Amino acid sequence: MMTSRWLTRLGLGAALGLMAFIVFGPLLNLAMWAFAEQWFYPNRLPTGWGFAFWERVFRPRAGAWTSLFNTVLVACSAVLLSMALAIPAGYALARQALPGRSVIMLVFLLPQAFPNLPIFVNIAAIFYQWGLNGTLVGVVLVHSLPGLVYAVWIATAAFSAVDRSLEEAARNLGASPLRSFFDVTLPQALPGLLAASIFVFLDSIDEFTGTFFVGAPEITTLPLLMFNASMGGNYQVAAITALILLIPSVGFMLVIERFLKADVLSRVGR
Amino acid sequence: MTTSFSHAPSLPIPGRRLPRISLGLLLVLPALTAITLLYALPLIRSLVTAFRDGSGAWTTEHVVRAFSLYGRDMLFSLGVVSASLALIAAMSIAIAGYLTLGATPWAVRALRWLYRWPLFIPFVVTGQLARSFLATNGMMNNVLVETGLMASSSAQSFLDWRGLVLTFAWKQIPFVTLLLAGAMAAVEQSHIEAARNAGAGRLRCLFQIVLPQAAPTLWVGLILSLVAMLSVLSVPMMLISGNPTMMTSMMAHRITYYGDYGIANALGLFSYALTAVTAWFYLRLTLRREATR
Repeated sequence: MMTSRWLTRLGLGAALGLMAFIVFGPLLNLAMWAFAEQWFYPNRLPTGWGFAFWERVFRPRAGAWTSLFNTVLVACSAVLLSMALAIPAGYALARQALPGRSVIMLVFLLPQAFPNLPIFVNIAAIFYQWGLNGTLVGVVLVHSLPGLVYAVWIATAAFSAVDRSLEEAARNLGASPLRSFFDVTLPQALPGLLAASIFVFLDSIDEFTGTFFVGAPEITTLPLLMFNASMGGNYQVAAITALILLIPSVGFMLVIERFLKADVLSRVGR
Repeated sequence: MTTSFSHAPSLPIPGRRLPRISLGLLLVLPALTAITLLYALPLIRSLVTAFRDGSGAWTTEHVVRAFSLYGRDMLFSLGVVSASLALIAAMSIAIAGYLTLGATPWAVRALRWLYRWPLFIPFVVTGQLARSFLATNGMMNNVLVETGLMASSSAQSFLDWRGLVLTFAWKQIPFVTLLLAGAMAAVEQSHIEAARNAGAGRLRCLFQIVLPQAAPTLWVGLILSLVAMLSVLSVPMMLISGNPTMMTSMMAHRITYYGDYGIANALGLFSYALTAVTAWFYLRLTLRREATR
């Protein structure tokens, strides 16, 4: 009995260890590349460690700063644009008796339900005619497409989770519709709307395909910088850029549950 | 939901019915316009361009040429996607199953903490992780050699279809597991306890009680993963050099090197068709399930 329990424990530990290696091994390997100054085959470990490549990446006017600036600027603009469109739409979809509501919800689902590469390719062709290719506006617009889909769905769920009787109480006490929206509805929907904004922000930071077709080569964001460095064989620069890209993604993974509450999650898609 | 609707019509002023509807439409209109310009228009363009020749006449030539030129890549994509989905399904069932039915609290806690890490890691970073981890002198081979599980002479690069499958699975397993574990947690605890009391083992409980009830969620997760794998461009470009490769890579190649939208969009049709067939299977499955209920 004792031995079998120890065997189970050993087996569980081994399985979890293997899994930890699978999950963290690639990340550790990446971190090693970020600090390796010299690493040639067949050495198992880098033969020189240091920050030389970090200095090279973050030298003034080295391109990384421009990419970082572009990435953050585009992501913030995409959040503003998506949320400006999604908050009224989400409120109407959650609260008003709209004709063809389910069709509208379906329209906002389609961009995520089918492969989006053909869409990005054709957006690039259309933007080319409109003179938007290679401009920040074009990149913001292409980033807002997936963003808008998330934003509308989460905003709709967040607004339908707000207790309607509170709104009605405010109206009964004489508040105007706008006042009851800004003083009662919006504050209650805020955590869900924040979650939607974070989603759009992260999605924009990670966005590669749309930027590749619409922005490149004039507009470089961090994912494109990382891709170009990697394809050019510069693994150190690629690893450093990848580490920067990991910060927001992992950070969000750790806090997601605080923002996306169960009562909002259960309403997504209704 | 139903309770909030029951006391909703407290403002039934007949004359105000119409303006409220148009106000709602007005609020949705900007978002709808944006989605029309950014999604519907490119979608229609992709479908039309696939069937138009240079002079604007209708033709099936692009589709035929896409099949003859890239038939191997289509089969390759199909194979990679199927293998990845199989691996994702098996692993997420195992992880979510253990999270739901596992008997060792510390192991369940450790697993819950561990499995989620790749969830939000971008595909382009995942590609770079794979490029360094799975290479001939990557960490995977090094560890296998150092632990004596493999001779250093037999170390080989995994940056081919196997690398693609492993990379897609690494990225998508946490996502499907998150959905599936949520669905499994919603299964009536009394069903599980009844089965356990009747003498069913944990494994049997998973496959006969929990999994059937959570299956629709698993399907949704797998379809979303399929769409993601057929959309992502960076990973195949970073992992695979040469032919055959994924369709996304070939579409980008067709456009950046030849400016050939006809064949690129014909290739796009194939990825739409593949997704549509899967979605159709899912719908049929759910409809049959609803009918028997």
